[in-house]
Amino acid sequence: MTACLSAQGVSVALSGRIVLRDISLSLASGHLVALVGPNGAGKTTLLRALAGLVPSDGTIHVGGDALPSLSLRERARRFAYLPQGHIVHWPLPARDIVALGRYPHGATDPARLTAADSEAVLRAMQAADVVEFAARRVTELSGGERSRVALARVLAVEAPVILADEPTSSLDPRHQIDVMKTLRAAADKGTLVVVVTHDLGLAARFADTVLVLSDGRLVSQGAPAEALSEQVMANVFRISAFRAEYRREAVIVPWAEI
Amino acid sequence: MSIANVMATADIAARRRLGVMTGLVVLVALLVLVSLGVGPVRLSPVSVIDALFGGGSDVQQVIVREIRLPRAILGLAIGAILGLSGAALQGLLRNPLAAPDLFGAPQSAAFGAVLVIALGLADVRSWALPVAAIMAAFASVFALLAIAGRNAGLLVLILAGLAISSLAGAATALVMNLSSNPFVVLEIAFWLLGSLEDRSFRHLVLALPFIVAGAIILFSQRNAFRALSLGEETAQSLGVDVGWLRLMVISGVALGVGGAVAVSGAIGFIGLVAPHLMRPLIGHDPARLLVPSALAGAALLLAADIAVRIIPSTSDIKVGVLTSIIGVPFFLYLIMRERRALSGGVA
Repeated sequence: MTACLSAQGVSVALSGRIVLRDISLSLASGHLVALVGPNGAGKTTLLRALAGLVPSDGTIHVGGDALPSLSLRERARRFAYLPQGHIVHWPLPARDIVALGRYPHGATDPARLTAADSEAVLRAMQAADVVEFAARRVTELSGGERSRVALARVLAVEAPVILADEPTSSLDPRHQIDVMKTLRAAADKGTLVVVVTHDLGLAARFADTVLVLSDGRLVSQGAPAEALSEQVMANVFRISAFRAEYRREAVIVPWAEI
Repeated sequence: MSIANVMATADIAARRRLGVMTGLVVLVALLVLVSLGVGPVRLSPVSVIDALFGGGSDVQQVIVREIRLPRAILGLAIGAILGLSGAALQGLLRNPLAAPDLFGAPQSAAFGAVLVIALGLADVRSWALPVAAIMAAFASVFALLAIAGRNAGLLVLILAGLAISSLAGAATALVMNLSSNPFVVLEIAFWLLGSLEDRSFRHLVLALPFIVAGAIILFSQRNAFRALSLGEETAQSLGVDVGWLRLMVISGVALGVGGAVAVSGAIGFIGLVAPHLMRPLIGHDPARLLVPSALAGAALLLAADIAVRIIPSTSDIKVGVLTSIIGVPFFLYLIMRERRALSGGVA
């Protein structure tokens, strides 16, 4: 297994407070990795640090290159970053939003895409199933539709690594599964997908690997059933969970606080 | 839906934008012609064009080429840079209520220029004036963005802008207060109202290089504004150097607004109004709004400057007064329209 994204001894301090301590990990292409942990554990900060959006100590390598050795634009081609909330500040057509995914490739104007960029945009829109509202303004779309447009924008980068911060929050169950399936499909095509989520059920079902963060430390990692062991659930989340297997996939349902 | 359909919708939008732009260019050209013809001596468009290219009587030539042409070019350039600055600031801050005037940039530029005049460091036609105005404008926009911080909401920006423009206004008042020469005070007071009257090619030479430099800087950042539609963090993840972008916008706005204020005084609300007039026609893409907003700004200021010459009154109405009289009610209307975002504290 060759590491696509690796971190050694990564620590992050934000305005004097240490948010991440000594994180080391190694993630492979084609995997869907769920990053879980209680509120304030440092999940979003870890995602930002991996993408180079916040300064960190320690070393991060992506595709064999040290992060600081890459220019802003090279980084942008390696990481497709989906932040929380799917914010769009202007009512732009969905197509233009998705086309921004080609920005790191030099396609800064959605009206003048090369044939290759247009095809990438269309592939992404098909994968996220948003072709039908390409011409509609994102502000006119429902929350679920908007999240799919945001997802299409991230897919359009066609980066080796996708970092998605709570892509399923505030979505109905149908759309949650939809988003996870789309990300799963991207992973199956060889992309490394890292997803921050509070939904342990979705993490258990869709992820190859689960990383558990607690208080800025990586406390558990591995296949879902092992990483989210009863002990971890008790110590980190302070809950008990119903555990089962359904159609050969792990089922974990948070049950009671302890 | 096929790729061709997806592209076709974009083509329709592009054709529409081109039509709007052509219309704006024609409008600005017509307004320039009218501006050259309007004044104590009224000239028809035909005789204006004639005089412009060396025909007509000597008097007509002097009136058109030496008295009215600098005024028309200044109106065009200043209106354009104000419209462009407004659109650029709205793009940077992702906020339709952003504008140089609301953030105290022209007021600060005016203070810089007034200080130079009052201290007797320069007469009103020296390079020191635009330089001081630009430095003060830079300081004010820089301070505003530093105080508001990243991802600032509308409320914080407008409050900080209000404070900065009040401070600049108070500082200007203090300079006038302390000035021992009543003629200087009167001159400053009239100049603060904003006017394009009696401007010569000297003024044009003084302002134009800074205005052009500011415009080039702002326009060069256009695509970054589009990426910024997704927020600063996402824009950075797409390869936009957001810190550099901010610095460029601050510099461009300061150069443009500082250069403009140095020769015309404070002319308000063009930067706020122009992008708003363009959004229904052009769409909300902050990159595509830049040039139309500049053209709309030029048209607005030229029209206002024609209006002050036509409106019958006992003494001259200053163009800056007119733009504010029209601009402030428009601003109030915008506040009403955006009040949901304002009261929610998010934008």
